[in-house]
Amino acid sequence: MRFALLLLASAATYAETIFIQNATVYTVTKGTFKGSVLIEDGKIKQVGQNLAAPSGARIVDAAGMHLSPGIIDAHSHIAAGAGGINEGSVSVSSMVRIEDFVDPESVAIYRALAGGVTSANILHGSANAIGGQNRLIKMRWGKTGVEMLFDGGPPSIKFALGENPKRSGNPTPAPGGPTTVARYPATRMGVEDIYRQAFTEAKEYQKAWVDFKSGKSTVEPRRDLRLEPLVEIMEGKRLVHCHAYRGDEMLMMMRVAEEFGFRIATFQHVQEGYKIAKEMVEHGVGGSGFSDWWAYKMEVVDGIPYNMALMTSKGVMAAVNSDDAGLMRRLNTEAAKTMKYGGLTEDQALALITINPARHMKVDDRIGSIEVGKDADLVIWNKPPLSSYAVPQKVYIDGSLYFDRDTDVSSRIAKEARKKALEEKAKAQQIPPQPKKDSAPQGGPQSDEVR
Amino acid sequence: MKQFLLFISLAMFSLAQTPVTVAIRNAKLVTISGPVIAKGTVVLRNGLIEEASENATVPDGAWVIEGDGLTVYPGLIDSISNIGIAPPAPTGPVTGAITATALAPPAPPARGPEDRPRTTSWERAADKFRSNDPRIESARNAGFTSAVIFPTTGIFAGQGAVVNLAGDNPSKMIIESPAGQYMTLTGGGGAGGARGFPSSGMGVYAYVRQIFIDLDYYERTKAAYQANPSGKQRPAYDRALEGVKESGRLLMPATSKVEMERVIKLASELKMPFVLYGVHEGYRAASVLKQANASVLISAKWPTRPPTADPEAEEPLRTLELRESAASTPVTLNKEGVKFAFYSDGQTPAEFLKGVRLAVTRGLSHDDAVKAMTLSAAEIHGVSNRLGSIEKGKIANLVVTKGDLLTEKPAIQYVFVDGMHYVPTADGAPTPTAPQGTGRRPR
Repeated sequence: MRFALLLLASAATYAETIFIQNATVYTVTKGTFKGSVLIEDGKIKQVGQNLAAPSGARIVDAAGMHLSPGIIDAHSHIAAGAGGINEGSVSVSSMVRIEDFVDPESVAIYRALAGGVTSANILHGSANAIGGQNRLIKMRWGKTGVEMLFDGGPPSIKFALGENPKRSGNPTPAPGGPTTVARYPATRMGVEDIYRQAFTEAKEYQKAWVDFKSGKSTVEPRRDLRLEPLVEIMEGKRLVHCHAYRGDEMLMMMRVAEEFGFRIATFQHVQEGYKIAKEMVEHGVGGSGFSDWWAYKMEVVDGIPYNMALMTSKGVMAAVNSDDAGLMRRLNTEAAKTMKYGGLTEDQALALITINPARHMKVDDRIGSIEVGKDADLVIWNKPPLSSYAVPQKVYIDGSLYFDRDTDVSSRIAKEARKKALEEKAKAQQIPPQPKKDSAPQGGPQSDEVR
Repeated sequence: MKQFLLFISLAMFSLAQTPVTVAIRNAKLVTISGPVIAKGTVVLRNGLIEEASENATVPDGAWVIEGDGLTVYPGLIDSISNIGIAPPAPTGPVTGAITATALAPPAPPARGPEDRPRTTSWERAADKFRSNDPRIESARNAGFTSAVIFPTTGIFAGQGAVVNLAGDNPSKMIIESPAGQYMTLTGGGGAGGARGFPSSGMGVYAYVRQIFIDLDYYERTKAAYQANPSGKQRPAYDRALEGVKESGRLLMPATSKVEMERVIKLASELKMPFVLYGVHEGYRAASVLKQANASVLISAKWPTRPPTADPEAEEPLRTLELRESAASTPVTLNKEGVKFAFYSDGQTPAEFLKGVRLAVTRGLSHDDAVKAMTLSAAEIHGVSNRLGSIEKGKIANLVVTKGDLLTEKPAIQYVFVDGMHYVPTADGAPTPTAPQGTGRRPR
């Protein structure tokens, strides 16, 4: 019922037909040309060099401007801080959901939007071998948390390898708190063991349900929110995005996954992906990482800026992500670095932040390129999107304008004025502390408190 | 001085006669449940309201209070309190039981929902309630005749109780128990999960979900076993689930609009009635609350800049807006038709009422503000058939004032709890040595 209302509400915002003309159109998948895009009901209706604007359409003249698909960040932790990002107390936290805590009013969403990002996969942290459930959102600034959720694609979960899930300081002792019981595991071997344990348990759980549903057993199993997602993984219904740096542990992860009959969707960070590209292709796993951010700890020491280009040349589906609210706002220049380091083409570089991450998340039928039938998630840039001078002017999601640079700039004055007024009002209300006439002297430090 | 004389004369009167029945004649009756009766009589007998109308007859032998210039209100209710179940913060010697709790060794960190972390859902405020909390008298002096008390520590902290704020026998002061389950939803399991599961807000949500899934499973397996135990495995007793089930209503925290949306979404999965508490950003969320048909308890402790804040620190516009508009929440919700009541949020009665008066300056009518501390509170906590208005048959909890109740210095003349008369002691007067009974008129 609620959902129906929601659909109705969002349908209303699709009403406008928009014709963006005279732009340099970067379709990513079908070349770049000067032309137009017609948006109807929130979808891309037509793309071409010689389109005529239908009557009644709102014309957006983008002469001298550049039109790209909205950027997709495959690895972000913004707008979920209230939920804690990490459920770090246990090594298998598959029962927790980022979705519960998507904060639609986090300004990081708006800022990312202003950087041309229209979708982001909000990932659980990397504190546990099996982390929580991720959530793909669209940056529909101004809407509710539920309305931000992307309504397509399979759900996903976070895994993590290496130092974060294994370090013996996890969980960190609380100062002055009760004695901390060190969480297992403390080694990379232990991380591997966690997977085997968890999926062995999940297999039993899966079997118990199969037996019950087929009537082989009369004992109804207890529903377990921790094991359910693991069964979904084995059944291919839930994607695994796995935090990983080192080649050896990624090889381990692929072997363990294959042992339990599933595939890893992506390795996140994947700093040594260039070393194991062949094995990655065989497994069918994507690689989603930084352009040139490495050596911030020992296990990342072998990172190189050629990683994306090398993986791409070997046939790995590669993507550039941010993992950071700041970096997220300039993913276009992050992607552009792969043209310098490794000589990717413009389309290849753009694909790293559009269609490739969409493929990683199995939503490439909906987003990631400018193609007829896809969601109208579009960015109008003042300069070519891979230029370091490029600034988004307008950002559309589902054919609705969610960021407009002119409006943003002009609204700042009113916001500043409002803030100043409130600050001054608060100052005026701050009565200097005075001892009350009728109150008995208390002498303590509280006596000057204004009541 | 005048007050003192009045006190003496009443005390003498009480020695002379012990009327079973009280009649307040020709007073303004703010019934809350119906229109204001400009000149009416209310009759109290055996702790109940026997009659309240324009022309109620004064029974023979009743103690008659001439009500000219007096206004009668239903006794006020603090919708969330720990009065009688927690010691007032700094004062008073700590009792043995509490010392024992403080010294108890910490529980080992929970490893998952199965360990029922931070859950004391079975604990009842009614069982912990003590009548010798000096705050009972100061609340009563300010016009509060009932409170809804809760244990407040934990995700499922425990079951509430509606109590009357007068008497020396706790059992007789309890009006309703259990009255809802008090919940907190913050992570706070210690840095990096040192205190075990759940360490994050997400973990708390997952835990709450699992509890209700387990409850459903528990009830079904238990029922199946009880129907025919022969040849079946015996289901284990689970006090955490029993406690959640008994409480019947969930009190869930939500201060911002986003939190309200989030908590309403969670609550709608749980299939148990819920009430939100906090609700300071309700001025932005009236339609959200209305759509969810949610009742709310509004903290009358409005957000202010913390006194310890760096005076140079710049604050975001959002924080400033919240501070500016939080007190407009009640009037906004009233217009939208969202049911709400106020709670003290740890403030003294004077501070509490000051907070409510601020809401009145933002446009909430005086009587609507009183309603949010009487009938609405009773409705939300499921006791409106007994409390919250001046109606025939309800518990005789009344406050009698000269002039409006919600003024800076309300002139409270009489307070009745269970039909018993209490003389309000002067504000700031030292706590009497005998915690209750002072100024009390036995029937």
